[in-house]
Amino acid sequence: MLRYISHRVLMMIPMLIGISLVSFLVIELPPGDFVSYRIAIMESGGASVEQATIDALRNQYGLDLPLYRRYLRWAGNVLRGDFGLSFTYNKPVKELIWERLALTVVISLTTLLFTWVIGFFVGIYSATHQYSLGDYAFTAMSFVGVGIPDFLIAIVILWFGYSWFGVSLSGLFSQEFASAPWSWAKFLDMLKHLWLPLLVLGVGGTAGMIRTMRANVLDELHKPYVITARAKGLKETRLLLKYPVRVALNPFVSSIAWALPRLISGATIISVVMSLPTTGPLLLGALRAQDMYLASTFLLLLSVLTLIGTLISDILLAWLDPRIVYGE
Amino acid sequence: MSSDELRESPSLQDEELEKATYVASQWQLMWWRFRKHKMAMISAVMLVLLYSITLFWEFLAPYDPLRYDVDAVFAPPQLPRLFDASGVHFPPFVYARMAVQNPVTLRTEFTIDKSTRLPMRFFVKGDPYKLWGAIESDQHLFGFDPDAPMVFVLGADKMGRDLLSRLLAGTRISTTIGLAGVLISLVLGILFGGISGYYGGVVDNVIQRTIEFIRSIPTIPLWMALSAAIPKDWPVARTYFAITLILSVIGWTGLARVIRGRFLSLRQEDFVMAARLAGSSEMRIILRHMVPSFTSHIIASITLAIPSMILSETSLSFLGLGMQPPAISWGVLLQQAQEIRSVALAPWLLLPGVAVVLAVLAFNFLGDGLRDAADPYSR
Repeated sequence: MLRYISHRVLMMIPMLIGISLVSFLVIELPPGDFVSYRIAIMESGGASVEQATIDALRNQYGLDLPLYRRYLRWAGNVLRGDFGLSFTYNKPVKELIWERLALTVVISLTTLLFTWVIGFFVGIYSATHQYSLGDYAFTAMSFVGVGIPDFLIAIVILWFGYSWFGVSLSGLFSQEFASAPWSWAKFLDMLKHLWLPLLVLGVGGTAGMIRTMRANVLDELHKPYVITARAKGLKETRLLLKYPVRVALNPFVSSIAWALPRLISGATIISVVMSLPTTGPLLLGALRAQDMYLASTFLLLLSVLTLIGTLISDILLAWLDPRIVYGE
Repeated sequence: MSSDELRESPSLQDEELEKATYVASQWQLMWWRFRKHKMAMISAVMLVLLYSITLFWEFLAPYDPLRYDVDAVFAPPQLPRLFDASGVHFPPFVYARMAVQNPVTLRTEFTIDKSTRLPMRFFVKGDPYKLWGAIESDQHLFGFDPDAPMVFVLGADKMGRDLLSRLLAGTRISTTIGLAGVLISLVLGILFGGISGYYGGVVDNVIQRTIEFIRSIPTIPLWMALSAAIPKDWPVARTYFAITLILSVIGWTGLARVIRGRFLSLRQEDFVMAARLAGSSEMRIILRHMVPSFTSHIIASITLAIPSMILSETSLSFLGLGMQPPAISWGVLLQQAQEIRSVALAPWLLLPGVAVVLAVLAFNFLGDGLRDAADPYSR
């Protein structure tokens, strides 16, 4: 098991390098750089900038170096925890991101839990009550969940709240807590607002989970060992939970690998629509303003988060199914 | 193919049917199975209609989608009617719209004037257009009195433009971007999936790790970053192409996996071994024996990949990072729905969303139907 875990952790190193490369290249993609941005601002203020000043600035920020040197420099800084400067906020990036990143993690993880719990129970129910009214209802719901983009669901819910009840359902905190420091009351206030983004984000994922769980349990239910266990007189619930559900759990746990990138993606759009104080709106703003250090930091950290999530799911899976460890 | 499945089609007698089954080609069998999937058939018809709109929207739309009426901001829908208190009317008509200024809020509000009927006219001359950029015309399927104020069948947007015309116009970009994106993904997918599945070993390992890596990056943030790098002043066609490329960057990985999987499992099949023993060349084995037996699966996977492309374009344009106005796509139209206040004032702004959902569901059902039909072991 330890060997497996260390192997998986080692595998993450090339992945991390790849991610940092992608994030860095994204900074480089748009035409121009930080200096041409600064100069454009100075010139719009009426000042004329000499070529010598431009060169000095380039030199100061290390922009006159070749691409690979700049990458190494940037990566080195990132490893030391220095993510560069946000142009729009004129602050170090690291001061801007942590709270938002933490909230993104909170929302994504709670949604994942919510998706799993619902998917788990409803999936088992649907499988054991195949072709019942409840099964059909859940199947229909999951089709809707898959077909409607989540940002549309968010808009429709916000619209209902606004025009029927006259309340604004967007945001994650009540007004009095929005910029208050963290406290127990603020935490409770957040819990009060959390259910809606959770619901919106969870709809698509839950639908998928229900389908997977249902199909897996159905596959197992008709195998001979189930009949044997039943013939031995094992109680139905115990029989169900002890064997078929346990086998069906594997694809379920491994689904975290694709559920997490999807959740973080989905959360990005939804938080823009619902103006949640997570990474989404800040990332969008940073991209629009070409605030590239801020944007690339988000891209980097969101991808790293996903990688860690995948790692955890792999370890869980190995713990659940020892065959994986010995198969390596 | 089980014979009791076919027996349900009443036109053929049992014996003839069995004979027909023996000689039926693979595609014939697939078509028989597909035909029984009702939702998939309905979806197929819907998609044909949708792509007809894509081809001919200039003719189907009553107005130029860029034409505006400053006095008609958020004008409500004037749906065509056949009946009123005095009986049936033909051609269908709409009620006239009256603008009233609210004395308190000073906002222009609209009321429907039930005493004035405006008849619809068919095959009328209206705003000029160039069909497919070549055929000049001013013929429209239907329209209204050109001298009277504009009539908004599905309401007007915040600039006083006709939502119906814009919705129809948006169909072109929104539905074809999925096709184009899938086409590029398919080329990449066949190339890398095929290489990966055929050669195996180190090459396979490298390609598979690359795919895993690409799939582990959260897509929307990556797409957002890439499309933010598209200069805003690019012409529509170039932006369109750039967006398809961006969507394909991730899209190909899914298709490559499917193709590799099929390649790997087919390599083990008896008929491939038989062909090899009979002395067929590798190229012949691939093209003559392997490719035909997985094309149907590939077609099904492609169909299932299109809706996610459509959704992605819509999301990107909705965020203002995809297609840029004056280009019209469903996502661009939905941008106006970002303001909840506007949606509350003019709920019809959400109609492009309905179009997206319909298109996505239709492709999903069609894909499901095709997948079931393509699987010889399905029941």
